[in-house]
Amino acid sequence: MLRTTLVRTFSRGYATAASPHALVFLEHQRGKLDSASLSALTAASQLGGKVTGLIVGTAEELPPVLEQAKRARGLDTLLHAASPQYSTPLPETITPLFEKLLSEQSPFTHVVSAHSSSAKSILPRVAAKLDLPAVSDITSVQHDQSSNSTTFTRPIYAGNAISTVRASKSIPIKFFTVRSTAFSAAAPADAEARIESIDAVPIADPSTEHISTSLTKSDRPDLGVASRVVSGGRALKNAETFKATLDPLADVLGAAVGASRAAVDAGYADNSLQVGQTGKVVAPELYMAIGISGAIQHLAGMKDSKLIVAINKDPDAPIFQIADVGLVADLYEVVPEMVAKLKQ
Amino acid sequence: MRPSAVRLLNILVPVKRSVDFAVKIRVNPEQTGIDLNVKHSMNPFDEIAVEEAVRLRERLKDAVKSIKVVTIGPPKAGETLRTALAMGADSAIHVEIPDGAPLPEPLAVAKTLRALIARQKEGVDVVIMGKQAIDDDAGQTGQMLAGLMDWAQATFASKVEIDTQKKVVNVTREIDGGLEELKCRLPVVITTDLRLNEPRYASLPNIMKAKKKSIEKLSPVDLGVDLAPRLETLKVTEPPKRVGGGKVANVDELLAKLKEAGITGKPA
Repeated sequence: MLRTTLVRTFSRGYATAASPHALVFLEHQRGKLDSASLSALTAASQLGGKVTGLIVGTAEELPPVLEQAKRARGLDTLLHAASPQYSTPLPETITPLFEKLLSEQSPFTHVVSAHSSSAKSILPRVAAKLDLPAVSDITSVQHDQSSNSTTFTRPIYAGNAISTVRASKSIPIKFFTVRSTAFSAAAPADAEARIESIDAVPIADPSTEHISTSLTKSDRPDLGVASRVVSGGRALKNAETFKATLDPLADVLGAAVGASRAAVDAGYADNSLQVGQTGKVVAPELYMAIGISGAIQHLAGMKDSKLIVAINKDPDAPIFQIADVGLVADLYEVVPEMVAKLKQ
Repeated sequence: MRPSAVRLLNILVPVKRSVDFAVKIRVNPEQTGIDLNVKHSMNPFDEIAVEEAVRLRERLKDAVKSIKVVTIGPPKAGETLRTALAMGADSAIHVEIPDGAPLPEPLAVAKTLRALIARQKEGVDVVIMGKQAIDDDAGQTGQMLAGLMDWAQATFASKVEIDTQKKVVNVTREIDGGLEELKCRLPVVITTDLRLNEPRYASLPNIMKAKKKSIEKLSPVDLGVDLAPRLETLKVTEPPKRVGGGKVANVDELLAKLKEAGITGKPA
């Protein structure tokens, strides 16, 4: 066992010292490629080598997604596997496909995905199967070809410290998930990636079965990728007031609505709207924090926004320490005033 | 393998001692890590995991045979185990590492847990643990353990219902954009999201009782695991400081600032 591992490591090291080759897990929903996956693709391109995409799904959903993905900048090859079992890619059903792709003769040196709820459930499982560590939620990546090592930065302690870690050549395949707000989405390119169909790895009697998915319906831009976000906190009193106060402002700005954990816990807003260490991490052009005090866990999710505007009654609220524009006022007076003046 | 006639659940809850969530952390001058001379407590997601295990017993009564908590950490992590015991766990295992030793990476933790599971005579049916630790924010250990064991996994759980007869668990998970429901066959690894429950405070009598419960001490050597990090941490730095831009007096000034930044109506 030990011997085969050694041989494998050696041969891989020799074969790949020339150039990195990333396998990027590309996710899609309802026929549309996820923008976070396109950011992961940008990160993978920064390794400086070949980039292969992997898309899974049912035979019906794949064609439109492949059509979009093949034009993504940086992608050399696009692999796709179709199976009814991939309609919701569960870690238990998708891991064997990854294991096959990454087995002995695999050309891949890196496995990359967005830090999405689906991919962050899958990648660590696959990495463990191959006895390899993984690096989560990276904000920068740099590959050194001569030493075959990759260096990453990633936030730790809710973004209050930045850790620089190196995966050396002793780690033959480097797994990492990408913080999408730290990389721009890969733009469409003129060239098209080579498309290659691969066989699905069917799982007889999987240990986990998908029962249902319920997505929160919204006409607004998706929180994770919106260029503007209007966020509310506990000061919004209840779900009705939250909606009645923030929705008009979000509409006039064309913004997504977010919420602090306090507002979500109190039931004012849906879980999927939570911004923070344990919710979404956003970095829009404009982030408006309304009735949010600014706990470190919340700041972890929004402090990379370009322009932060805070509206709070309490002049000592910590949010004012990081806000570019602060207004100490009663939100129930100033938010409607803003809406009215923005409409003019 | 256990005899299959009686269905009694054995639950394992891994917990981590981490810097308290309310502490404003400071990077040390050597840039090797953060100042750890601060208040520590149980990782908040692990509290939720302990609470869920205890609630499962309250719901399923005798069908839950044991709740064992485990930690891998320095001598002081024993306090974290006592907290879990006071919340209602039956017994604890402490895999002790020396003070100041680097905290093991998720893969090493998962391997340690695998070794511990192998030692449990009655087996383990359910592992419940936090979705991430608030110190390294990796969020990998549960998935890695499930992979190593080839077990089902249910990450980011906000609702857990176990059917002890059928040996399945229905889990509602928080996913990007909504919720998802899964049905997993036991044994399973479940990782907890914030909204799974509200952890209880340990009462004084329970804290006293917890002092009598047993904590088994083991070393990584006993378990045949290597906890040395495989990724090198080159440095730990402060994030770029964000400086507030000061306050404005009224809405008009606020809107003027927005306009300055090019934000007026809807984005183009």
